Amino acid sequence: MKSIINLFIFCWKTKQELGFYFWRLALAFFFLFLSSSLLSIFIDILLMNRRTHWPIHCSVSIFLLFVSLNFDFKLKTMRWKYLNRTIRKYSKNVNGFHVGIVGSGPAGFYCAQQLLKTIPGCQVDVFEKLPVPFGLVRYGVAPDHPEVKNVINTFTKTASNDHFRFIGNVTLGRDITLAQLKQSYNAVVLAYGAEEDRKLNIPGEDLSNFVSATKFIGWYNGLPTDKNIEVDLNANHAVIVGQGNVALDVARILLSPVDKLRKTDMTEYSLDTLSKSKVKKVTLVGRRGPLQVAFTIKELREMLKLPEVSTKFYKDQMNDIEKIISDLPRPKKRLIQLMYDASQKTEVRDKYFDILFLRTPISILGTSKVEGIELAVNHLEGDKAVITDEKYSLNCELAFRSIGYRSVQVDPDIIFDKHTSTVPQNPGIYSVGWLSSGPVGVILSTMSHAYQVASMINKHFDEGLLKDQKPGYDYISKLLKTKAGMDGTKLTK
Amino acid sequence: MSIKLFKYITNSCLNSRTVMRFMSTTNNEKLIRVSFNKANGDKITAEGKKGDSLLDVIVNNNLDFDGFGACEGTLTCSTCHIILDQKDYDSLPEKPSDEELDMLDLAYNLTDTSRLGCQIILEDKLDGLEVKVPATVNDARYN
Ligand SMILES: Cc1cc2nc3c(=O)[nH]c(=O)nc-3n(C[C@H](O)[C@H](O)[C@H](O)COP(=O)(O)OP(=O)(O)OC[C@H]3O[C@@H](n4cnc5c(N)ncnc54)[C@H](O)[C@@H]3O)c2cc1C
Ligand code: FES
Repeated sequence: MKSIINLFIFCWKTKQELGFYFWRLALAFFFLFLSSSLLSIFIDILLMNRRTHWPIHCSVSIFLLFVSLNFDFKLKTMRWKYLNRTIRKYSKNVNGFHVGIVGSGPAGFYCAQQLLKTIPGCQVDVFEKLPVPFGLVRYGVAPDHPEVKNVINTFTKTASNDHFRFIGNVTLGRDITLAQLKQSYNAVVLAYGAEEDRKLNIPGEDLSNFVSATKFIGWYNGLPTDKNIEVDLNANHAVIVGQGNVALDVARILLSPVDKLRKTDMTEYSLDTLSKSKVKKVTLVGRRGPLQVAFTIKELREMLKLPEVSTKFYKDQMNDIEKIISDLPRPKKRLIQLMYDASQKTEVRDKYFDILFLRTPISILGTSKVEGIELAVNHLEGDKAVITDEKYSLNCELAFRSIGYRSVQVDPDIIFDKHTSTVPQNPGIYSVGWLSSGPVGVILSTMSHAYQVASMINKHFDEGLLKDQKPGYDYISKLLKTKAGMDGTKLTK
Repeated sequence: MSIKLFKYITNSCLNSRTVMRFMSTTNNEKLIRVSFNKANGDKITAEGKKGDSLLDVIVNNNLDFDGFGACEGTLTCSTCHIILDQKDYDSLPEKPSDEELDMLDLAYNLTDTSRLGCQIILEDKLDGLEVKVPATVNDARYN
């Protein structure tokens, strides 16, 4: 019975035709009302006397009542016809298709959005390690990019769907296992991202003031676990190993005027620390050349526009590049052109942003605290960097590693590709986002990937691959309740 | 449930195109028609007012374009990528800014006549404009 009612609500919500149906209904009642009043007025006029002819009035009202009842009856049959049709059309609805998603970043949300749309009536439950949703959009995207975070509005709309449930504070591999999820859900979607940052694995990486960019980002974004990291900004020169957008985010935050950052929702304690920062120069070190940088043009342009900061390239590194620009395909071409134009500028400002190519870090120098970084000079063979014997070192008091992320196998039952650190697709257990595609690309690419996987799930559903009867959240909620420290009140929507 | 129903009915009254048309004609504003050709072959025609962006048209008409306009027109997402005819592309009054081109560089199926929908502002002479909305998915296998 409940599912039939749900079905009704669903029909009313989604089917445009039903909108017209209601219009007709309203119109019909309006005419009924009009004609009945007209009729009684007409009768009054005809009989000229109100009091003595009440039997006629009565009979007219009874007649009208009968007419409207008859009408209502017709409506009911119409409604049944509709019901039959929709049941046939959306029989998925009644079957109770349960999907469990692990991770509530963009991948999880976009996948949920698409599933709710393409498999009407399916129930989507999203489990999240943190108490709050949105993953890297909340704790990764830089606070001075609030526009990027607008996508949260789309996610919130998805979350308001009646068939969507958010369960925070639940970690796969600790509070629940994949086996339990498999038992409860027709389809399990793993979307827990790539949280571990890749290490350089060189001597000196554990010196103080050698900081993981991931942690630094978590720190300024207010991620609870990174709140207390130690970073001493009483440093003149900071080196960042890595040349992607994350490295640029860190560089930009270090070089931005603090007053600009105050307008964002950056955490107070970070603003406090940044306002005392002595950092005058930031160097971005990469193994390969200008053609292989991972950052995108928008982020570079932002750097170039920072007030009081001049961007420099190391001597001779941009010399030959001009000749090949015209042969490059579009996205690369515009990026390289912008880099080349920037390298031709000679103005001197207060702070510096340097880009150093073709260097591989071989050790972090210092006794207890970072004092410098030793680099090997590389040359390129095709797209690959090859180390030479030549050495090069930089003095710095602060250094970051930002060479990418890595997914981990949070549950031994997860089929995990150790080479690529990703989870492949399997009927019944899917993976989306960075966990599946590897930790590259922006939200757009994550969205596209999530849509692909959602349509694959839809296809498997249509083929009847996922048709077993599953208990859904009922089962999991019991498990969570029996777990120590977990109770129903923690489960927020 | 009855409240929901009531809400639905009032909403559908308010959103209904006829009502909108009626309301805007009383404001003496001419509506500009735009057609969107989706990657799956659907053609959707909608109307907007002068000064609206193509993204506004999609949002105001509740058109269901997957993932379109994620950053809500702030030039930081490129999910509003659309493709124009050469003729229309040339006739647009505003050329794309560097920032728009930067975002377009990340779009899938980029062409020389690509623009971002949130940056195209409707005006009377654009009435009848047709744009192509490329698939948000970059891999043909899944389409
Ligand atoms: C620093 C940084 C800045 C970025 N800036 C931008 C930007 O400006 N613009 C842009 O377009 N893209 C940006 N990106 C890229 C964008 O964030 C990613 O494309 C996107 O977040 C990937 O989504 P995801 O859902 O796969 O992973 P995530 O967003 O990481 O989501 C994974 C979720 O799973 C949860 N989780 C992890 N483990 C478990 C577990 N065991 N059990 C339950 N839940 C778990 C996590 O808490 C998290 O909420 C940035 C990325 C980073 C790292
Ligand atoms: S809506 Fe994001 S760039 Fe247009």
